[in-house]
Amino acid sequence: MPSSVMPTPRRGDGQPASAAVSAVGLRKSYGEKIVLGGIDLTIPAGSVFALLGPNGAGKTTAVKILSTLITADAGEAHVLGHDLGTDVQGVRAAIGVTGQFSAVDGLITGEENMLLMADLHHLPKAEGRRIAAELLGRFDLTEVAKKPASTYSGGMKRRLDLAMTLVGSPRVIFLDEPTTGLDPRSRHNMWGIIRDLVSDGVTVFLTTQYLEEADELADLIAVLNDGKIVAEGTAEELKRLIPGGHIRLRFTDPVAYQSAASALREVTGDEDALTLQIPSDGTQRELRSVLDWLDSLGIEADELTLHTPDLDDVFFALTGNSQNKENAR
Amino acid sequence: MSALALALAVRDSNTMLRRNLLHARRYPSMTLNLLLSPIMLLLLFVYIFGDVMSAGIGGGGADRSDYIAYIVPGLLMMTIGSTVIGAAIAVSMDMTEGLIARFRTMAVYRGSVLIGHVVGSVLQVLASLVLVGAVAVAIGFRSTDATALEWLAAFGLLALFALALTWIAVGMGMASPNPEAASNMAMPLILLPLVSSAFIPADTMPAWFQPIAEYQPFTPAIETLRGLLLGTEIGHNGWLAIAWCVALTALGYRWSTALFNRDPK
Repeated sequence: MPSSVMPTPRRGDGQPASAAVSAVGLRKSYGEKIVLGGIDLTIPAGSVFALLGPNGAGKTTAVKILSTLITADAGEAHVLGHDLGTDVQGVRAAIGVTGQFSAVDGLITGEENMLLMADLHHLPKAEGRRIAAELLGRFDLTEVAKKPASTYSGGMKRRLDLAMTLVGSPRVIFLDEPTTGLDPRSRHNMWGIIRDLVSDGVTVFLTTQYLEEADELADLIAVLNDGKIVAEGTAEELKRLIPGGHIRLRFTDPVAYQSAASALREVTGDEDALTLQIPSDGTQRELRSVLDWLDSLGIEADELTLHTPDLDDVFFALTGNSQNKENAR
Repeated sequence: MSALALALAVRDSNTMLRRNLLHARRYPSMTLNLLLSPIMLLLLFVYIFGDVMSAGIGGGGADRSDYIAYIVPGLLMMTIGSTVIGAAIAVSMDMTEGLIARFRTMAVYRGSVLIGHVVGSVLQVLASLVLVGAVAVAIGFRSTDATALEWLAAFGLLALFALALTWIAVGMGMASPNPEAASNMAMPLILLPLVSSAFIPADTMPAWFQPIAEYQPFTPAIETLRGLLLGTEIGHNGWLAIAWCVALTALGYRWSTALFNRDPK
């Protein structure tokens, strides 16, 4: 998503009037364990905000606090102008929440789940039925609407869950890891659904451990690690935080790797993987000069890949988990 | 609470109640399973043990129909104890699901979740009582001497006792980490009637055991019901039964709501 679409809110110039969600100094600990060590957030109305972080970073806790499920130990937060401390029912009336774990009633049908939500939003009967039918259609659930929700697949349950969240036309939607556990197709469907929500003017607060997802969807990303926000900005801004890309050479013969490594002393190498990384800005000119240089030294790698910086690099640079890089994807 | 807030609270509670009744209607097996034990015990005690048991009560001259009359009030109370176990299980199932977290983040009346469970459970108990009562009448139970007022009082007592035990069961469901634990925790509700005056008079029990039978909610409730339906002596049991009901309701209510209002894990 181009960063120019959404003006990036700057810290320090106060709470913008258009902030859908704002928080200052949110803290939460369970016993000795500090889960949130004081986080500040400002999310402009009508944008997608991604809270990105590894497991255990405190993402879910942040969502639980902002969605009124649990109370913070300290700090202040407002959702659409309603104070989380003093007007909790006002916050609840304005938000919709789809948590990490399925929040559908498996014993009743998809349609009954939707009508239950309509009743709890105090919608008139006819309107409730109309909205339920419309959302079931929009989320491709009409055919299974009369079946018990417990018989649904993971992706269908997730869609029903989100459809239920939308019954009250919330202006701010919290999605806690909306695509975790979904297959690639369902994940892409979910992304489409989230983009549609924003085009209706809804503010979306999502958490994810997938960098790709944050890159795809979010106007603004905050990286949460160990209960602290370690970076915040658009995907482009975050990518600029770390040094540029590199050219990666991979060898299959350890002897060839050793001779190349000693010839190219200034590059970083990984002896186990037999790879060398040469810093590069990715331009054609520089690539050619690197190739010429390798030729002149008589180095022939088995594979050459060009690596431009992505959120992975930012994420692992900020969260200090480089050894888990391959596993996280 | 303003009139509007009260109207919304009633509406939300009613919505939750309809959800629970829908569960009970869709999956009647649990309610029916819980009904099985009082009906089985009724038939067992009347037809298998009946002759011996009836010889033991009423000074030896009694016959089996006397024993039917003796045992039915106790089994009606036992039906309450076993049916409310369903409430404990249903509440704890609910609490382990994400749906309750959803309700907590919605602008619904906070008490509605528990009230829906309690009212639903009491209605289920009443339906179960009608079924057990029908079986009792079918095998020869008669309460023809009772006046309309006594019938009404008997019904009120059953409803009140159902409400009290339901709130306790809901608290047990809230306090349990999973439905299995809830079912185990609620076992005393079905065991207590066995050590009450349901099957044999408390004064025929060994002296050391009599306090266990007397100082528990089932015995005064059963004795009161017996008095209302069959005209036996009620004495202080009436007030005692009502006191138990009020105390258990208050305790269960405080316990359940305190657990519900805690931050979820």
